[in-house]
Amino acid sequence: MIGNVKRWLHEFTTDLTGFADYGNAPHRYRRLRRNMIILGMLGSMLPLLLMAVVNYHQYQRALKNEVVQPMRALVNKTKHSFELFLTERLSAVSFIASAYTFQELADEQTLNRIFRVMKKEFGGFVDLGLIDSSGIQVSYAGPYQLKDKDYSEQSWFQEVKVRGSYISDVFLGYRKFPHLIIAVAHTTGTGESWILRATIDTDKFNNLIASMGLEPTTDAFLLNQDWILQTPSKFYGKVLDVCALSYPPVSYEPNVVETWDSDGKEVLMAYTFFVTPKFVLAVVKPRGEVLKPWFTLKSELFFIFVAGVVLICLALFKVTDVMVKRMEESDQKREAAYHGMEYSNKLASIGRLAAGVAHEINNPLAIINEKGGLMRDLIEYSPNFPDREKFLSLTDSIVQSVERCRTITHRLLGFARRMDVEVEVLELNEVLREVMGFLEKEALHRNIDVRLQLAVDLPRIASDRGQLQQVFLNILNNAFQAVDDGGFVSITSWDRDPDTVGVSIQDNGKGMSEETLKHIFEPFFTTKKGSGTGLGLSITYGIVKKLGGDIEVHSKEGQGTTFTVFLPKKAKSDTGA
Amino acid sequence: MAQWKVLLVDDEVEFATTLAERLTLRGIEAVTVHDGEAALQRIAVDPPQIVVLDMMMPGLGGLEVLRLIKKNHPGIPVILLTGRGSTKEGIDGMDLGAYDFLMKPIKIEALVEKMKEAVEQSTSVRAKETG
Repeated sequence: MIGNVKRWLHEFTTDLTGFADYGNAPHRYRRLRRNMIILGMLGSMLPLLLMAVVNYHQYQRALKNEVVQPMRALVNKTKHSFELFLTERLSAVSFIASAYTFQELADEQTLNRIFRVMKKEFGGFVDLGLIDSSGIQVSYAGPYQLKDKDYSEQSWFQEVKVRGSYISDVFLGYRKFPHLIIAVAHTTGTGESWILRATIDTDKFNNLIASMGLEPTTDAFLLNQDWILQTPSKFYGKVLDVCALSYPPVSYEPNVVETWDSDGKEVLMAYTFFVTPKFVLAVVKPRGEVLKPWFTLKSELFFIFVAGVVLICLALFKVTDVMVKRMEESDQKREAAYHGMEYSNKLASIGRLAAGVAHEINNPLAIINEKGGLMRDLIEYSPNFPDREKFLSLTDSIVQSVERCRTITHRLLGFARRMDVEVEVLELNEVLREVMGFLEKEALHRNIDVRLQLAVDLPRIASDRGQLQQVFLNILNNAFQAVDDGGFVSITSWDRDPDTVGVSIQDNGKGMSEETLKHIFEPFFTTKKGSGTGLGLSITYGIVKKLGGDIEVHSKEGQGTTFTVFLPKKAKSDTGA
Repeated sequence: MAQWKVLLVDDEVEFATTLAERLTLRGIEAVTVHDGEAALQRIAVDPPQIVVLDMMMPGLGGLEVLRLIKKNHPGIPVILLTGRGSTKEGIDGMDLGAYDFLMKPIKIEALVEKMKEAVEQSTSVRAKETG
């Protein structure tokens, strides 16, 4: 299994990076292009992606801190306000419990006076009562009739006796409005103990929360540690309801948690637990609200990333396209050059071979010629030779066959001949007319329409007249052989550019197949089975190249052929073949 | 008609002897030798009216022999035979003083014609010089 994966990975990377030579297969460049794009993408996108991810997390962290920090500070500050508020009230009650004796406080008039001062100076007090050690409220100042009420069964009564002071949770009690009590136990020097108890209105709490200056979407409330709301919440319940949010981990330092409310909305909750009394202050903000800047930044980040990717892709595609195209072009050029070189080498070696063969054959041919000739002479010089006519015709046919062989060997030798180019300044049109002159009779005889379209102001060029005659004669011969009787052959000359002139010879003959076109200039390639040496056009090609020119051929089967020869106006300095 | 004598120089013995025979039939006395040295010796002892010289020979090549003939016997015309069909070789030979050159296989009539021309020209030159 692992072996397979490894092998596949190896093949993939080799395929991607190897730029293997796929020969001339057309998909080679497609593949190269694909590989370059993939590698380019990997090379450029990976760092970009990595950077985007790192940035994303960094920004997220930074922004969150920026949001979370103020929430914490706010919670902490408000907690202090709450603590201060409660401590103040507790101190006030403690002070009264210490400053006055039981008897003084038991006096309703005194208690009422103290209660009025407290209300005036501190605010938030609803009533004040004195409870003796057996739990009976012995005196009471406040709006209700609570004198003589027995508190001995209530849990807070026991607690305050043990701890000395007590702050209750918020509750409705008899009064049917939320409030809390502060109770302080006082023990006199004689060991007698009594309790001073005050009720505090939670409106003051609401004021404290209102003073936090929160946005409409933000909620803040006080809870007890059983997670029961002590002040009303905008979204999560009324006073004394259980808060709809989940209970966070206990923390006496301001802490922030991400959680979901009952609607499944994500919220950030900053909270802190109080040491005494056992309250929790919480500030809740919807997460979306808090992280709005983050979402903006995130979409900007995303936009930049996408734009970057698109830009990289565009650039990569463009550059790869250009590069692959260049490569393809240079490959083609190299191939063409290689082909050309191979071709010239082929021509040269065939030339040498041909010359060698022709020369070797020429000597025995010369002997056959002489022997045959001698036989003929002997017959001719002896009038009484038996079967004279018969032998004469036999020897004649030997000599004629030798003559045919001689033509072939001389043509082969001519092909290989490395004649010096004799450059003269000449009128190309004149050369064309001369060559046409050789063929005039044939044209007339076969009713071939020869159209000469020669540029009147064609500049004179420096070239070899004899060689040019041979070139055009070869091409015209081919044209004449290609056309049917009554066909047409046109010869056009024009001033091509400052350095070259062009001559094209067009016919409406039978044309050539693509396969033939590929080999047309190769030595010994012929379509005229039996009658051609296959050397004509290769000689033509060789001469044109030697003269520093170029030759092109276009042909369509059944429609005709056009040969175009380009010749330099100035002679090539290097005339070596 | 055997007014003059031709020296045939060719390493191809069969070719040379057959050609000599044919020339003899046409009334031209032909002597054959098969290499350059033999040709030079022969000319020294028995100078012919004309030399027909093959260009490709082992040992002394045709052009070298031609140079030596022209040096020692400038009056004897030389016709070159070439098996290579190379015009350049022929032209080189003519630059060295050859009368003309023919490509093998040759036509005997053409050779006889050329020889006559060459001999006539050389005799007329000589006549002028002596006259």
